[in-house]
Amino acid sequence: MSLFELPILPMSATSAAGGCASGGCATGGCASGGCSTARPDQASETSRREFLKTATTLTLGAMSLTLLPGAMAGDESSSAAAPPGGGHPDAKKPMYGFLIDTTKCIGAGKCLTACRVENGVPDGQARTWVERYVHFKDGRVEVDLVPEIGYAASGEPQPEAEDVLRAYFVPKLCNQCVDAPCNQVCPVHASIKSPEGIELVDTDRCIGCGYCVQACPYGIRYMNHETNVADKCNWCYHRVMRNEQPACVEACPTGARVFGRIDDPDSEISKRLATLPTSVLKQHLGTIPLTRYVGLTDEVT
Amino acid sequence: MEYHALHDAPFIFPNDAHPAWSIMIVIYPYITGMVAGAFVVSTMYHVFHREALRPVARLAVVTSLCLGACATLPLLLHLHQPLRALNVVATPSPSSAMAGFGFIYSFYMLVLLVDVWLLFRPAIVERAHSAPGPWKNVYRVLALGVLEITPRAAEIDRKLIHALSVIGIPAACILHGYVGFLFGAIKANPWWSTALMPVIFLTSAVVSGIAVLTLLYLFLCRSSRMEPDEECVRSLSRLLWMFLVLAVTFEFADLLHVAYEREEEWYVIRELLVTKLRFSYLTLQVLVGGLLPLLILPIPAFTGVASAAFRRACTGVAAVLVLVQVAAMRWNVVVGGQLFSKSFRGFVDYPVTWLGREGLLAAAVVLAMPMLLLWGAMKLLPVWPPNPESDSGVKA
Repeated sequence: MSLFELPILPMSATSAAGGCASGGCATGGCASGGCSTARPDQASETSRREFLKTATTLTLGAMSLTLLPGAMAGDESSSAAAPPGGGHPDAKKPMYGFLIDTTKCIGAGKCLTACRVENGVPDGQARTWVERYVHFKDGRVEVDLVPEIGYAASGEPQPEAEDVLRAYFVPKLCNQCVDAPCNQVCPVHASIKSPEGIELVDTDRCIGCGYCVQACPYGIRYMNHETNVADKCNWCYHRVMRNEQPACVEACPTGARVFGRIDDPDSEISKRLATLPTSVLKQHLGTIPLTRYVGLTDEVT
Repeated sequence: MEYHALHDAPFIFPNDAHPAWSIMIVIYPYITGMVAGAFVVSTMYHVFHREALRPVARLAVVTSLCLGACATLPLLLHLHQPLRALNVVATPSPSSAMAGFGFIYSFYMLVLLVDVWLLFRPAIVERAHSAPGPWKNVYRVLALGVLEITPRAAEIDRKLIHALSVIGIPAACILHGYVGFLFGAIKANPWWSTALMPVIFLTSAVVSGIAVLTLLYLFLCRSSRMEPDEECVRSLSRLLWMFLVLAVTFEFADLLHVAYEREEEWYVIRELLVTKLRFSYLTLQVLVGGLLPLLILPIPAFTGVASAAFRRACTGVAAVLVLVQVAAMRWNVVVGGQLFSKSFRGFVDYPVTWLGREGLLAAAVVLAMPMLLLWGAMKLLPVWPPNPESDSGVKA
């Protein structure tokens, strides 16, 4: 049997419902004849046309399945989006938030090591860092990075206490913006938002164009020079899916980093958000960060 | 905000230390701009019937095609995962400005390819009959097996060329306006984030296309001991001057707007311009590449002073300066936009390297490739207009 001698394929839903101008006997809409009992030559033509239509549809469908695995954003079968351990136990996806209390941070640097070890962050790049702001009595404001090994061990000369008006530490990490520019600009769906609202990188799909790095207003994203794909803080999504705290939160000795469910009024973060005045970084950009700060000053960018 | 910190106590975010976009992203809009610009010149003849541009109309469209064929090369060299490049068209994200590139570029190249084929079809068919040895087969393949052109076919070709040229004008505008939008839509970067960016890119694209075509025409005439058509050179000079006025105006308007409003980003941009970009912006882009050709070009464009050779020299020098201006503009946008940290408290350096996938040597090769292609295309196709008496009905 040749390809064109295959049996007549079922009519499409449209024509079966009387959509055909000259057919549709079964539904009583036909004045001139029945499609399903058409002349042999008509049937043969219909057969070929229908067959070609169906074959083309099936072929294109199969190709798209082969070529575009998990093409949809947020596809849960995707390696980065699939939560380890079979997903969160709750049927309703929880909403998470992060609170940084700058009044509690002492610049210990424990969070930096914890993050680097947990996530294999290459040297010279950072998923999180801690900035130190020093206001001098002469009006100067100096900012530097807290060294991972601590100020004392770093051997860096430190400001004299009598010259300093005040000083504070500001930890930085991904703001997990609700309207994330990094997600918006990614051309290939490699920037994806998890069902819990956490922004992730699909390392199997990233083409390494660097557009997301440019689009992040907070300088959080970087091109990982070991994996050659975009990388960023993801609030330790793999740990969160195991009902654990992010590594930096667990390592913080003063509780300056608070992580938890913001949809649970009894969680610590919800209670603190309800009682403390908080703000976000670069609010004017309208990215709606989920990372909120206590004690931000105008100097912090 | 204490912006003296930019000098006194600079602070940069750790991930800002190494700019993510290299010189390849400078070259990408440079080449793409020339593609659009050269095509605009060809449409000046094919659509707007500027007869003075007849000598360069075919050269323009072939140059555009050769440049276009290499436009994706710098992007490929830049990608950290080049083997996944086709993901951009296979799994495009509709929210991404970058995802549109594959489709816009492909559409434009298709228009260009068909345009070139139709334009050169009479010559290809003629050579399919007359070319010696194996070349005959090459032309038979290029003719797609159609070895006859009837008067009716020639008439249809002529109409198609006109239609494609008309379609090509918005396509070229979209292609390069879109490249500008890629930068203009990044709100994280105050040096890029402006609604004028697509217009600035588009006008500078047209300027660079006219300049490269002018230089090619003068160079090819000289190398083949041919006298350049005086009216053609004058017309190119006028076009170049007119679009340069527009390009410089838009660039200046954008800067003036930021400077006059004096929002917080101005203090960073001001520092950037007077420190890191002092030479490439103020000297190259504004003075040498912008104002100087604006002063030189009226001589060949609007006057008859001195000899034709002198006026041609003025056009040539101005075209070189304009190409420098556009290159500097691309550099200042792409690299300049990455020279300050998103902390707005410090600057970083851009390390220029000679070797490597994104080094200067690779950049030079990428820039040379369209010219090599053009050399090959000129061996295959007659880029100079046919004599009117041998014209077979298709407008050259």
